Amino acid sequence: MSTSLRNNGAALLSLAAAALLVAGISLALFWAPEDVDQGILQKIFYVHVPVALTAYAAFGWGAWKALRLLWKGGDRYDLESYTAVHMGVIFGVLTLVTGSIWAKASWGHWWVWSERQLTLFLILFLFYSAYFMLRYSTDPGPRRARTSAVYALFGVALIPVSFLAIRLAEGLIHPVVFTRDGPQMDGAMFLTFCVCLAGMLALGGGLYLLELAGKRADASLQELRERLT
Amino acid sequence: MTGYLSDVAALARKDLVVELRTRDTVPSMLLFVVAALVVFHFALPEGSSRLAAGGMLWIALLFTALLALVRAFVGERDEGTLDGLLLAPCDRSAIWLGKTLSVLAFLLFAEAVALPAFALFYEPLTWELVAGVALANVGIATVGTLLGAMAAATRARELLLPLLFLPVALPLVVGGVGATLADEPGRYLAFLGLYDLIFAILSWASFEYVVTE
Repeated sequence: MSTSLRNNGAALLSLAAAALLVAGISLALFWAPEDVDQGILQKIFYVHVPVALTAYAAFGWGAWKALRLLWKGGDRYDLESYTAVHMGVIFGVLTLVTGSIWAKASWGHWWVWSERQLTLFLILFLFYSAYFMLRYSTDPGPRRARTSAVYALFGVALIPVSFLAIRLAEGLIHPVVFTRDGPQMDGAMFLTFCVCLAGMLALGGGLYLLELAGKRADASLQELRERLT
Repeated sequence: MTGYLSDVAALARKDLVVELRTRDTVPSMLLFVVAALVVFHFALPEGSSRLAAGGMLWIALLFTALLALVRAFVGERDEGTLDGLLLAPCDRSAIWLGKTLSVLAFLLFAEAVALPAFALFYEPLTWELVAGVALANVGIATVGTLLGAMAAATRARELLLPLLFLPVALPLVVGGVGATLADEPGRYLAFLGLYDLIFAILSWASFEYVVTE
């Protein structure tokens, strides 16, 4: 793929994200019915859950690129995996913040340990923060790429295991919207949610491509400088 | 297969012989875990429940294990032993398995003192607790050895290992504390077994990528 096409991809995804998010938030505020129990508070669901799912998608994407790196080798997978994890951490922090706001509004506390998804994100946040420590503390090269890749792969194994652990450890307060019988919500709510999710995924993808282009430009610049000196 | 196993046995034996001659790791682990249990007595308020004591035991065990894990690869790297091991005509995963077994042996030594000390200072031991500790040991040794090898290759070394290890070890604490205190310890023991299986396979498969230059 040429560089211009890649940058166009970022621009296209950003535009799609802007359109979908504006549409999604308008739908959430003006069209989707209010929740019977939680009223207006429930609207944060349309931001919180898509952000969380986008973070999962970014971590998964990072692990996939890490697997490709270990399988085939190549610098580009390292940069892609790193950028995806970077995006995942940003969306993960947003999940923690929006979840915390929801918890304060719903239950009166900024932090509720029994809210499983939030606790899981805290663990993941710690885990992936250590990923950055690991990266910054190793000299660049194929070894750093492989070590980071193995660590990123551990992350996707840790997500279900930690989730199971938290489920074992805690009681149930978090509203379970998605059960085995499908989503437990109104059709209008579900459609709004899907628009918001698509918008957030597009935003995540756009940011990922933009960041990747920036990092690639950085790397090329560094290479040029080294050649000049 | 027998060749692989004899490689593993030789590598594990090497670590145990080195430890026997230098006595670097195990004595400090023993002293640390007993000191930690004494500190916890003063950290827990008067009249704390047995639940609190059970939780504290797991913190003590996890941090003691960190001592063994930090030592496991720092020495290898400083003395250049790891380069020799990598040149040896054996499968790279055998190095991981040998190291895991020696770490496991150190943990067992430390717990042979820690658990009686816990029984003496706090609560009598139950079979669920012992089974939980045995299963958690496997998880700590497998994941910890891999992360120890990762951390030893960085500039931060000892500093980095706890940061890498604690988030990954968190499910072990959940399983261990559950096995110690819950009414139905079976679920928690099964969870510990599942954790061991998943992370042992992952660590075994990925060790080669972490140590090769």
